[in-house]
This record gives sequence, structure tokens and C-alpha cells, in this order.
Amino acid sequence: MRSSITPFTNRWLPYALLAPQLLITAVFFLWPSFQAFEQSLFLEDAFGFTRKFIGVDNYRELFRDDGYLRSFQTSLIFGLGVTFISMSTALVLAVSANHIIRWAQAYRALLVWPYAVAPALAGVIWYFLMNPSVGIVAYWLNALGVEWNHYVDGEQALLMVIIAASWKQVSYNFLFFIAGLQSIPRSLIEAAAIDGAGPWRRFLTITFPLLSPTTFFLLVINLVYAFFDTFAIIHATTEGGPADTTSVLVFRVYNTGFVSQDYGSSAAQSVILMTLVVLMTAIQFRFVERRVTY
Amino acid sequence: MVRRRHGLTILAHLVLIAGVMLFGFPVWMALVASTHPPEELSINPIPMWFGAMGPDNYRQLLSGGIPEAGGVSVGLMMTNSLLMALLITIGKISVSLIAAFAIVYFKFPLKTFAFWMIFITLMLPVEIRILPTFDVIAKLGILNSYVGLCLPLIASATATFLFRQFFLTIPAELVEAARMDRAGPLRFFWDILLPLSRTNIAALFIILFIYGWNQYLWPLLITTDENYYTIVMGIQRMANAGEALPLWHLIMGTAVLALLPPVVIVLSMQRLFVKGLIESEK
Repeated sequence: MRSSITPFTNRWLPYALLAPQLLITAVFFLWPSFQAFEQSLFLEDAFGFTRKFIGVDNYRELFRDDGYLRSFQTSLIFGLGVTFISMSTALVLAVSANHIIRWAQAYRALLVWPYAVAPALAGVIWYFLMNPSVGIVAYWLNALGVEWNHYVDGEQALLMVIIAASWKQVSYNFLFFIAGLQSIPRSLIEAAAIDGAGPWRRFLTITFPLLSPTTFFLLVINLVYAFFDTFAIIHATTEGGPADTTSVLVFRVYNTGFVSQDYGSSAAQSVILMTLVVLMTAIQFRFVERRVTY
Repeated sequence: MVRRRHGLTILAHLVLIAGVMLFGFPVWMALVASTHPPEELSINPIPMWFGAMGPDNYRQLLSGGIPEAGGVSVGLMMTNSLLMALLITIGKISVSLIAAFAIVYFKFPLKTFAFWMIFITLMLPVEIRILPTFDVIAKLGILNSYVGLCLPLIASATATFLFRQFFLTIPAELVEAARMDRAGPLRFFWDILLPLSRTNIAALFIILFIYGWNQYLWPLLITTDENYYTIVMGIQRMANAGEALPLWHLIMGTAVLALLPPVVIVLSMQRLFVKGLIESEK
């Protein structure tokens, strides 16, 4: 690598340089998180006048609540749906883009921009396209014999938010798959071609296995995206409905806290989600380390 | 040599064209819808080609806004979004640059602790601790303010780690040379490190600008005063405006205006954007 740095010595300067970052972290990250822990152990009325220590009752309550358990299931379906649709579409596009030479740059430009569209906007636009009375996609679906109305049909509502979330996420996966494909040594593919392997076989036996670090990395990132960054898509469109069918975990935290004003339960949900993120980050970082050595 | 098959190449082109159309279609429809009067958008099938009301619709949006959504003009919301995006971006970059500088170029007792403090922010996204964060902002009295909108989002582990990673690739000899010339740490930072980081800063700027512009939950939580609405969260009030039928022509116009700035940035600075995206995830 390189010779190591002889560090500067200064008693206060490094602390001064780190102070803004650490202060913001302490005030806006750590403090609220501790509050969540604390609040999750209390029963509080909506005005904050009285509170009673109830231990883990909030948690126990949650795991007895069918609605909450259903949110887990909804999140899982939503997360897996978005991950599968956006990753498989991106892989097909990336392999195609990697295959051609002509216009490759133009295609790339025309395929990456949805990344920049805010999830809320993606949601609202698809909400419009699929609106049962004026949406053009709903109109086409009706013509095909599918009765589309996401205002009453929960499964359709869930499908709609999955499509909106995936549409926005394909570009991201596409870029990483392209980068992964380009790092596969050309000589390997050529050797296989000389041995008589056709394009499909080459993809299955060489390209896809060698892409696995990228695939795994994207798998984690997409699940995190679907679990935590899609609040806006739900909130801007279905607002969890109809009948709670699109109420994913992050949406429920918000709803329990701000709409139902059940602070203890909302805090307990926060704590559960934090545990989930810590787990996912741990998996991600273990993997990133492996990726470096790969 | 891999034999190129014409059939496959044509198939690849077809797949890509289908992809481009699939991506473009929703925005195309939004754009088309924003150029029609409301009557045209009340019965299916709605038109798929432009109408004549485009200029009028956009003029109304930029100056007057939609009465059902509080009547804030989209122009004001865009200004708020721009301000928020820029403050977050500049704030994040500055705070992360100096933090990374301290971690890489200094030796001090609490270094590991500082490193973990920064790392932990990755695990605590706002989405999952909404209510207590709102409480903290309320206690500090910065609801409905630009400080409240931007400051809490400025701490960033990703940006700090990106700069740290980059600093570690800069030859140590440069520090030695600077020391030989009797340059102190701040001078080294300003005259050597900062100019070397230019490309990284630019790449990160694009990613963070998009991040800041697209914020939704945060402005939704801490702004009740319409004058602080940002465009991405403001659109929600229009789409769910209650009893009234949604004014799709205006909502889609707002969506187009809201997605335009980040999309234009990505398209015009693609190389930097890709660099920023891929490196900030490492």
C-alpha cells in the first residue's frame, strides 16, 4: 500500500473538527433513540400528563396484536416483491447493455434517471396511472378483463405500491450490475466460448456466479430500501389502506404515534425496527469486507 | 474471440428499448396530463398526447398554487426545496470533510469512540424513530424553521467514510512534504487536501443534493406552517386533498416540476453521478 502517515499532534484541534458531527449525532440521533427505549417501557396518555411504568407490556401487546403481525407480513411481501422485481429487471437490462456496443451510452443515460425521482413522486405518478376512473393503466387492465380498483382491493393496492417502488429502484440496481459485469475478466468468457459454451450457458456458469458479490450486496441494499425508505410511497398514496393492507412497518410506527397517538406502542415499534436495522447493517458490513478481498 | 450473434444483439436492443419506454412512460403521462384542462382528465381513456393548457397550468402552479392544498405556490415550495437541498448538501460535505480529516490525520485518545459514534448513525434512520425525534425538535423549539429542516440531517456516516477512504489513498509523503514546509494541519487541509478532494466533493454533491431535494418524512414532520413546505412533501396534500376530486392536471404538473431538477442534474452530470453513487456505497 503506502507508508503510514505520521499524524499531526494537537491537543484540541481534532476534537474541534469532530465536534459538529458528534454534536448532531448526539442530539438528533442518540437522544431520540434513548427516548424511544425509555418511552417504550411506559404507558402515557395522549397529552403527556401521566405516565406509568409498565415494563415490556408494550412489546407483549404488540406481538399479540394481529394488525402488527400483519404489518410484518406486509413488509415482507412488499420488501421481497420490490427486491425481486427491481433486481431481475435490472439484471436483464444490464446484461443487454453490456452486450451491445452501439448506443451503449445513450441507453445508459435513458435508464439511470429514475433514480433521481423521489419515492413520493413515483408513488403519486403511479397512483394517477392506476386510478380506477382516470388512470390509463387501469383502463388498459379493465380492457384486458382485470377489474382494477386499488381503493377497495387490498392486494391490488399492495401491488401498486410495489410497482411504484420497483420502478424507481431499477436504475440503482442497473448501475451496480453494469459495474459488476464490467469487472468480470473478458478472458474467462472468451475461454468458455472457445470451449464451445453458448451465450446462455456462459451466463449461467460464469457471469452469474461471478456477479454474486454484487447480487448479494444489492439484495441487502434493496431490502433496506424497501423496508425503510418507502414510507413516502405509502404515505403519499394509499395511507396504509384499504383496511390496513398496505401498512408496512415504518408506516405503522408513524401511524401509531401521530394518528392514534399511542406513544408507548410507537416507541416499542421503533425499538424493534432499530434492532432490525442493526442486524441488516451487520450483515451488510460483513459482506462489504468480503467484497474487498474478493 | 466470442462470436457475436446478430440475433442476440437485436434482442439486446429490443430489451433496452422496452426498458427505456417502461421507465419513461409514467413521466410521459404525467407531462401530458399537465398540459390538459381538468375536463379532459375526468373520463378514461385520457389523452396520451399534449393539450394546449400547458402554459396556463404551469403559470397557475408557479404563482398561485392549489387552493385545496393550502394555496402555497409551487414556486415557493421549490424555493424551499432548493434551499433545503443546498443547506443539507453543503452542511453534510463540510461536517464530513473535517471529521474525516480529524480521524485520518490525527492521533488522539478518543479516536475509536468518535469513529463508532459516527458509525452508529447508519443504524438509526429517522424513519424508525419518528416520534422521539419530533419530541427533541419540539423541545429545542426548531419546528417550522430551516434549522430544524436541515441541521438534523447533516450528520452523515456515509460521507465521512467516503472522505476517510479517499484520504487514506493520498500518499503519506504529501503530509511529510507539507510538514517540511512548516505547514500546520489546517494549512495542509486547506491547501492540499481540499483541492485534491475536488472530484469527490463534486460527485458527493450530486448524490446529496438529490437526497436533500427528495426528503419527504422530515419536512412532513416538522413543518406545519405552509411557508416551509417543500415540493416533494407538498404534493401529498394535493393528491389527498380530502373531499374534492383531485386536480390531476395540477398534481401532475407539480410532480413534473418536482422531479425535474434532480433528473436534469443526473442526466447532465452522469459520470460524476455514477462515481458518487458507487463510491458512497463502498
